Amino acid sequence: MSQDLLYSKTHEWVRVETDPSGAKTAAVGLTAFALESLTDLVYIELPEVGRQVTAGEPFGEIESVKAVSDLYCPVDGEVVAVNDAVSGNLEKLADDPYDNGWFIKVKISDEAGLGTLLDEAAYTKQCEEEQH
Amino acid sequence: MEVPLLHTPLYDWHVSRGGRMVDFAGWAMPIQYTSIIKEHLAIRSTVGIADISHMGRLRFEGPGAAVFLAELLTRRVADMELGQIRYSLVTNNQGGILDDVLVGYYHNSHGQPFFLVVVNAGNRAKIVNWVSAHLSRERAERTGQEIIWNDVSRLWAMFAIQGPRSVELLQPLVDVDLQSMRYYRGAQSPILHPAANRQGCIISRTGYTGEDGFELSLGASIAPGIWQALMKLGEPLGIVPAGLGARDTLRLEAGMPLYDHEISEQINPFQAGLGFACHLVGYDFPGRDALLPIQNAPLKSVRIGLEMPQGRRPPRQGCPILAAGQIIGEVTSGSHSPSLGKPIAMGYVTPEFTRPGTELQIDVRSRIEPALVAELPFYHRKKPRTRRAAT
Repeated sequence: MSQDLLYSKTHEWVRVETDPSGAKTAAVGLTAFALESLTDLVYIELPEVGRQVTAGEPFGEIESVKAVSDLYCPVDGEVVAVNDAVSGNLEKLADDPYDNGWFIKVKISDEAGLGTLLDEAAYTKQCEEEQH
Repeated sequence: MEVPLLHTPLYDWHVSRGGRMVDFAGWAMPIQYTSIIKEHLAIRSTVGIADISHMGRLRFEGPGAAVFLAELLTRRVADMELGQIRYSLVTNNQGGILDDVLVGYYHNSHGQPFFLVVVNAGNRAKIVNWVSAHLSRERAERTGQEIIWNDVSRLWAMFAIQGPRSVELLQPLVDVDLQSMRYYRGAQSPILHPAANRQGCIISRTGYTGEDGFELSLGASIAPGIWQALMKLGEPLGIVPAGLGARDTLRLEAGMPLYDHEISEQINPFQAGLGFACHLVGYDFPGRDALLPIQNAPLKSVRIGLEMPQGRRPPRQGCPILAAGQIIGEVTSGSHSPSLGKPIAMGYVTPEFTRPGTELQIDVRSRIEPALVAELPFYHRKKPRTRRAAT
């Protein structure tokens, strides 16, 4: 985990980046905690570039040997990049979830939504509670 | 009020080894310790051990036991030899499947014969009630045909030792020659380990993985010590403990039915491809009269295997199966196959679509994916490990 990341209650992480024009994009992935508990990943489905996504709504799915889980978008906006490399490397995803393991980049349309996300301390606390 | 789950004698060990405990038929059982795929592949390549002490075990003895079981089970029982095990069904009066069971005929260390019926954990209470309903006190006490029966599920632990190196792992602990033990045979043996406290065990060459292996029944009190002895003995072989997740993918590759998936009270044995386990002549059992007229009749649906050579999304129970856009059946079990590296499934379809190679489709969560009818089992083990007698 990292100080410059925000987290959703559904275990997605968000890294907010500002491009030279001042527009903000959010890289989105799944946390190490979530990947650790999923194990045995066999399939991921990600959206196309250009799709409008909504905070709290599914933008894709990730499937393990045992079960399928939705991926929830932590922010509102438009998908501007998709990391196609992860689908061929699902077994390595848990080794590097925060850098090469991003799934989509979203051009944020409503920055106010970022305020509802968890910081590292709050997310760590949530994970500890879920382990009991 | 939260109802506490039942614990097997290995519960503390599972938790200490990071087992992810889930509620399985009222038991706290490990779904996996590390990775389902790793546990699965270890059983295919070397040896794994699974705690199956949640299975229901019913013990029958006395001069009336054989005939009583013959009148309860679909399979012949009265002609069983000591050490023999048979796969059988228990059917209701309509011929629907109440459970699938293994019945074994053993003798204890005092030479007394008994039958052991192993039932699914989720069906234990149902089968106990079914036995009670068919075994009146008058019947059990009939002179010369007495029957004593017990539910020994809590008294005995059970381990599944599965994989090509199972003989090597288990042989040092028992005094029967495992290499020459035939498939679906079993024996009583002392356990050659101080932790056994001079208690014995029952070993059978049976399993639910499609691999060579044994199932070991032993007293609950000595189970943790013997489990740890097996883990220690298995270290050089690369033994892994395996959870219910790997057991499910292994049995799916082996084309073995699972209750509430491929078999249920709504399915008759012929549809499930289990007609071999029904002997309709001889002893009368509940459901026989319903099964007799349909044994040669056309079936409305039949169990098949499906594989998805191009797919990545495993189908799951309940996914519709289609032919040319029309729904012709439903998936009963589906998963990624760790051995084959592609999604596989079992399901029921109308009989005209059962030929291997037939091109069908599966509706996997609202997306139509291509699938091929596959021969069962999906996986064949390398070679039989049983030594044949010279002729």
